[in-house]
Amino acid sequence: MAPAIEVRSLSRVFSGRGNTLALDNVDLTVEEGELFGLLGPNGAGKTTLIKILCTLLLPSSGTASVLGHDVDADAKQIRKRINMVSGGEISGYGLLTIRENLWMFTQFYGVPGKVARERIDSLLEAFGLQDKADAKLRTVSTGQRQKMNIIRGFATDPELIFLDEPTLGLDVSTSIAIRNYLREWVRERSGRTMLLTTHYMREAEELCDRVAIIDRGRIVAVDTPAGLKRRVGSGSSFLIETTPFDPEPMRSLPGMRGMTARPADGHMNIRMVLDDESVIADVISSIVSSGARVIGLSKNEPTLEDAFMHLVGRGLE
Amino acid sequence: MAVKDHLRTLRLAAWLGWQIESNWARPLIFLTYSFIRPIAATLILVIMYLIVKQDVASEPALFSYVYLGATFYMFVSSVVFGITYVIHADREHYQTLRNIYISPISLYVYLIGRATGKVLLAALAVIISLTFGILVLGLPFDLLLVDWPLFLLTMVLGLACLIALGLALAGISLLTAKHSTSINEGVGGLVYLLCGAVFPITVLPAWGQAIGLTIPVTYWLELVRRSLYPGEGIELLGGLQDFTDGTILLFLLVSTVAFAALSLVLFRSADRVARQRGKLDMITTY
Repeated sequence: MAPAIEVRSLSRVFSGRGNTLALDNVDLTVEEGELFGLLGPNGAGKTTLIKILCTLLLPSSGTASVLGHDVDADAKQIRKRINMVSGGEISGYGLLTIRENLWMFTQFYGVPGKVARERIDSLLEAFGLQDKADAKLRTVSTGQRQKMNIIRGFATDPELIFLDEPTLGLDVSTSIAIRNYLREWVRERSGRTMLLTTHYMREAEELCDRVAIIDRGRIVAVDTPAGLKRRVGSGSSFLIETTPFDPEPMRSLPGMRGMTARPADGHMNIRMVLDDESVIADVISSIVSSGARVIGLSKNEPTLEDAFMHLVGRGLE
Repeated sequence: MAVKDHLRTLRLAAWLGWQIESNWARPLIFLTYSFIRPIAATLILVIMYLIVKQDVASEPALFSYVYLGATFYMFVSSVVFGITYVIHADREHYQTLRNIYISPISLYVYLIGRATGKVLLAALAVIISLTFGILVLGLPFDLLLVDWPLFLLTMVLGLACLIALGLALAGISLLTAKHSTSINEGVGGLVYLLCGAVFPITVLPAWGQAIGLTIPVTYWLELVRRSLYPGEGIELLGGLQDFTDGTILLFLLVSTVAFAALSLVLFRSADRVARQRGKLDMITTY
């Protein structure tokens, strides 16, 4: 059985004032039935990869096949069986109602009318949008437009769906509801595959069977969330709370794998991954010599964010 | 892709096009606009004609030549540029182009469907303008003297030609951003100038006439005038008096087929280049 997605030596260069290498020699395999995550910071190449896989963009070199078909030569074969939704997407025809927008797209995919109507009703209910079904799209909120676009992606019942940051900009309760739906969608439909890009660690950790970490156009690691966390090693992930100071010089400390620093309530929260716990002494010395004061120190079980720092050397922000 | 899939796409796109064209305002405002716009557009030219010629009755064939050309040119502006604007609007305003592009339908067929709404609106505008011309300005017209078979055949070929031209420009629009409207204006100006829309192509220099004779719109407008004008003499004005209606119809057919083939090749090439360059979902103006 062919993998759902197979990418070999894929590169993509954007020409302009100076070439930009968006994808650099990417190799990736996603098996049928997987809920696969692409985790990386903004500009890492996640969206470019999705655009190539859903036949919106051509690669500069290398090959990519989706459901056994080449994205360049067999785009038409792929399009019947996939769909894509981008996070923050507010696309749609404002003069049509939500239901009309959805119905039209199901008809583009040849979904029989009765099936389409039932599926749309069911999805509208699942996403809490049934009250707005007959409202013109221009009259609803941005969040409701986003929900409609997520429904648009699922209303055609694709074998493979690409979700590019699906919960971007949505409130917490909506994000949770969407994550629950995504999980159920893959579990309840045998053979359905989902490729999800996100820069929310928790989303990747909660949802994905496997995660690829992508940074600056390169796949840095592919593993299960648990496998990625194991790479960090226990006893080397720390959270230090300090008074405000410039922590950047600490990045070059011997044994410092990666670090993120976030100001919070007049303090500084510094999350770091170290080669081993003995390095923490040098870290504290560095903080004190900078004139700052350590308010709290805790050793943590590694998270996916720690795994990212361990592999990339910095956080996702 | 099966023919029934293309027909479904045509039907859906035509429905969508009509919703967008007709639902932007309340029905009364829409109807008022639909009446005023074509009359205002043709009146500009009528006033210019009256300034030069003082009245419309002295040279009815010449007045009909100018009025019919200006009226039917509304199909050019509405259909040709309307189709290219679909690319611009779907990509940047509604942001649906990428979703349509990655769906299994043919974008080419979808655009033909979207043109249907524009053809209907242009037809409404032309009927209003003609009615105004006949009732208010004394435009010579007799329903019984219209060569209906020639007119209907001419319209079918003419609209096919305009849609082909629009699709070629839509292909170019895939590669451009906000500049696409400038391209439309430029092409519109050239068609207006070179195809005998309001003055005979014989007043153009030889090279201008040569270009005009390669564009099917020239033959389409000539045949529209010949089929609608009730008397004789209008065929002497356009510079094509040496050709019979049948010959001009053949020119229209051949040039339309050539334009359609060229349009398809151009559109497919532009589609490929747009996909290579990542232009299908670019946002530049909104």
